[in-house]
Amino acid sequence: MRPNIFVKDKVAVVGAGLTLFRRRLLETPRELAWEAARQALDSAGLTFDDIDCVVMGTAPDAFDGVHFNGEYFADVAGRNKPTVRVYVGGGTGVFVPIAAWWHVASGLCKTALAVAEEKMSPAHPHPQGVFAYIWDPILERPLGPNLIWIFAMEMRRYMHKCGATKEIIARVSVKNKRNALDHPAAQAAANITVDDVLRSELLVWPVNRLDISPVSDGAAAVVFASENEARRITDSPVWVEGIGFALDNTHWYNRELAYPRYVNYAARMAYKMAGIERPWREIDVAEPYDPFDYKELHHIEGLMLARPCEAPKLLEEDWFDRSGELPTSPSGGLLGVGNPIAAAGLMKVAEIFWQLRYEAGPRQVKKPVHYGLAQAWGDLMQVGTVIVLGN
Amino acid sequence: MAVEKPRRPGWVEPPGHYLKSREMYSLPGLVEYKPRARYLFSAGQAQSRFLRGLREGKILGTRCPRCGRVYVPPRMFCEYCHAPTTEWVELPGTGRVHTAVVSYIGTFRERREEPEIVGVIQLDAPGYVEGGYEFAGLFHRLCGVTPEDVMSGRAIGMRVRPRWRPPEERRGDVNDIECFEPIPEGEG
Amino acid sequence: MGVHTYVAAAHPNIVVAPPTSVGRILMRRVAIVGAGWAGFRPQVPELSFRELVYEAASRAYEEAGVDPRSDVDAFVSCQEDYWEGIAIADEFAPEPLGAVLRPTYTVAGDGLQGLAQAFMMIRSGAFDVVVVEAHAKPSDIVTLDGIYELALDPLHVRPLRPGNPLFTAGLDAVAYMARTGASRLHLAMVAAANKRMGLSNPRAPHAARVTVDDVLESPTYIYPMSQLEVAPFTDAAVVMVLASDEAARRLTDAPVWLDGVGWATEVGTGAVEFHEWGRMPSIRAAALMAYQMAGVDSPASQTGFAEVEDRFSFMELLALEELGVAGEGEAAAMLERGDLAPGAFYPVNQSGGSLSVGVPLEATGLWRALEAYLELRDNSGAYDQPRAVVASWRGPPTYTSAVAVLSAV
Repeated sequence: MRPNIFVKDKVAVVGAGLTLFRRRLLETPRELAWEAARQALDSAGLTFDDIDCVVMGTAPDAFDGVHFNGEYFADVAGRNKPTVRVYVGGGTGVFVPIAAWWHVASGLCKTALAVAEEKMSPAHPHPQGVFAYIWDPILERPLGPNLIWIFAMEMRRYMHKCGATKEIIARVSVKNKRNALDHPAAQAAANITVDDVLRSELLVWPVNRLDISPVSDGAAAVVFASENEARRITDSPVWVEGIGFALDNTHWYNRELAYPRYVNYAARMAYKMAGIERPWREIDVAEPYDPFDYKELHHIEGLMLARPCEAPKLLEEDWFDRSGELPTSPSGGLLGVGNPIAAAGLMKVAEIFWQLRYEAGPRQVKKPVHYGLAQAWGDLMQVGTVIVLGN
Repeated sequence: MAVEKPRRPGWVEPPGHYLKSREMYSLPGLVEYKPRARYLFSAGQAQSRFLRGLREGKILGTRCPRCGRVYVPPRMFCEYCHAPTTEWVELPGTGRVHTAVVSYIGTFRERREEPEIVGVIQLDAPGYVEGGYEFAGLFHRLCGVTPEDVMSGRAIGMRVRPRWRPPEERRGDVNDIECFEPIPEGEG
Repeated sequence: MGVHTYVAAAHPNIVVAPPTSVGRILMRRVAIVGAGWAGFRPQVPELSFRELVYEAASRAYEEAGVDPRSDVDAFVSCQEDYWEGIAIADEFAPEPLGAVLRPTYTVAGDGLQGLAQAFMMIRSGAFDVVVVEAHAKPSDIVTLDGIYELALDPLHVRPLRPGNPLFTAGLDAVAYMARTGASRLHLAMVAAANKRMGLSNPRAPHAARVTVDDVLESPTYIYPMSQLEVAPFTDAAVVMVLASDEAARRLTDAPVWLDGVGWATEVGTGAVEFHEWGRMPSIRAAALMAYQMAGVDSPASQTGFAEVEDRFSFMELLALEELGVAGEGEAAAMLERGDLAPGAFYPVNQSGGSLSVGVPLEATGLWRALEAYLELRDNSGAYDQPRAVVASWRGPPTYTSAVAVLSAV
């Protein structure tokens, strides 16, 4: 990996769109993907004919109940276009724009549409059942695991290692659900207290119901363009400054769970490319991945936006609020807006795009912004995907 | 520095139609489909031998000749050196609890009558730095550990050992270990 | 002008855009510097898919002379969840490739699409050496037809309960024959030729000494194709190491260049009704994209041979027409004249194709590229034009294809 001075074509983000995020939507996966794509193109003043290449993202096929799920809605932007589906589990949402970046940076495509869709509601009796199949079929599945177990284990380890309490961690959920009140697509926006989180249904101690993002249907899309195209399309392009991704080993129970080194590797790759040396100062707004409340803190540390075990303390000082020193998840994140897996990651990229264009309306952070970052995470606690945008 | 005037995003009302659960089930054209997806997974060289070891009441691992890491569960190749792991080693099976949780739900999110305690066990094995990032370990049930032990943090770092099923019940499966249980004071 | 604008002018006569030479000179060239394979048997029960990939990867790294832990910038794995029987199957990608804690991701698509991703990564200037992997263990899947059925649209195709989920291939074959006048005999000739050519290929477990009559007399599988005209499945893993021109010159004296890639999806599986039956526009679109990049206007005279889609016998003929190697409706005549045989005017599927080697699921396209790579590496002197066209379709019910142009010069 080289810094981006070696990169041939600068790549811009010129538009973004979302559908509603909800527990159940009437629209089929195809329709959701198309609606999000149309929103994104409308916002850039483009049509489907203006799109050269399409990069798609959707997480496990089993939610939609379609094998080749990428193929299912592959023609969302038109016939006979170069279309590909990339996939890194939960990290897919931020990986789709990373792949779209090299579609444009390579010079092969002048414009690329990144679209991510997830419809979790078709899975019955509960979408949680799909996660029964993510495990090693021989060594783990016979134990009858539940996905929430492993996150609870990671949270427990993080609490132990960093001395964080359930009360402090619950404040992430409170913050993000409150931020989401200003988001028009949000599914789980609410004004709640730490007590509400602690008193919600206990699933796997230390995880309660309100520590977790909801099950959602939804889609998101972002439009990328080469420098020349971008200057024609808009006066205020947002530039892709850095991309990073790393995949750790499958055996999550052979690793320290308190610190996400894979997120750290991905972040350092993106910072190197962007020429960022002190991310804790240079990043103005961040959307770390927050499917669980502790994950936001965990990821803030992995991204070097705080020192290891420092994030809970900074959270207590309102450091991460919209009016804080380093606003995180100003959108409301997955905890507040909802978690249609791949679409949720792309929603975070869209939020950074709007923040950097000062278009986030009531969600706009107080401080001036130059660099923003979105990050996602997935697989068996393995994947970090990071994109750094600048204006 | 100049801050641009705030603008509204290009969209205000995101598209989509929310359905309540009852509305969805009363929709015409709701198609029910149960996938026919069955597999016979090949365990491969490393895991097959590991499973045979379990049947004999042994926890087996492989050692990387280059970096000396001991892998449990075993791999045929070292993840960090990409070299074949040629040597098999038997581990004592004892270890420490790395993390543990109390589960009140099952695989399909159904409530359990009795909570189950599961955790990651860091096994005693040479080849790794004590307290380092990587270790040989297993993910398994814990018994003889109470929810209070988990919540108070007493469980973390606790010395444990495998509780084997009787030999006639073992099937070459991870469930040949019933669970990991604390080693009484003075024995470990 | 975007790549798709060339595609709009596709029918009925192939219109190949002139090479954009300025773009080609400025671009970094991309090379294949090593390849490895493992398996290629109907069943490999003694190895897990991870061990199979490890074996292929070790061979590829040995040939390329690279250490995956230090010399490779990124890894691309190509796989699909339901083929693996694991949701989020990319969890298992890094270890056998030596890609732990390295930039690694999955393309839920054919290996040739993965090759195209690696190509772009290197072209972007940010990556120098990228590894592409694809593997398949169809022998682990008990209900393969059930998985294919799951790929059909859940709302308006699955409820029709098509007995054989591969039926769309039969529809295409019938439409192709009606349009071009190709007969069942021609289809059988393809199968007999490919099955015999595979006899000299170490990767071809389904090769056999069969005659056209044997093919015609074997039981019908999907009309108009008999059992011997539909490629069976194969367990396999393929790994390729790609490098930028600077890195390639450091690693090898004789790189095989990847001069063009193209990939396209005609319609989604949720809209199969809108497919142009009897044609494969995705191959045409992908080919135009790859040819434009490689500066190819006339594939039959500017390249030496091809490895093309033949998982159903008619697909070889259709693919040659969509690739512009044969004129519209003329592939059957080329076959009759013997133009497609080894050593003839334009050899096609000398490896034996999928009819001999089988279909290693998402590794199919990457394996076709492997055959072309090995031929160019070891035998490029046998061709006036030491370049090859590789074309692979993702198989029913998709309408996605990818094309690559490889060159030994």
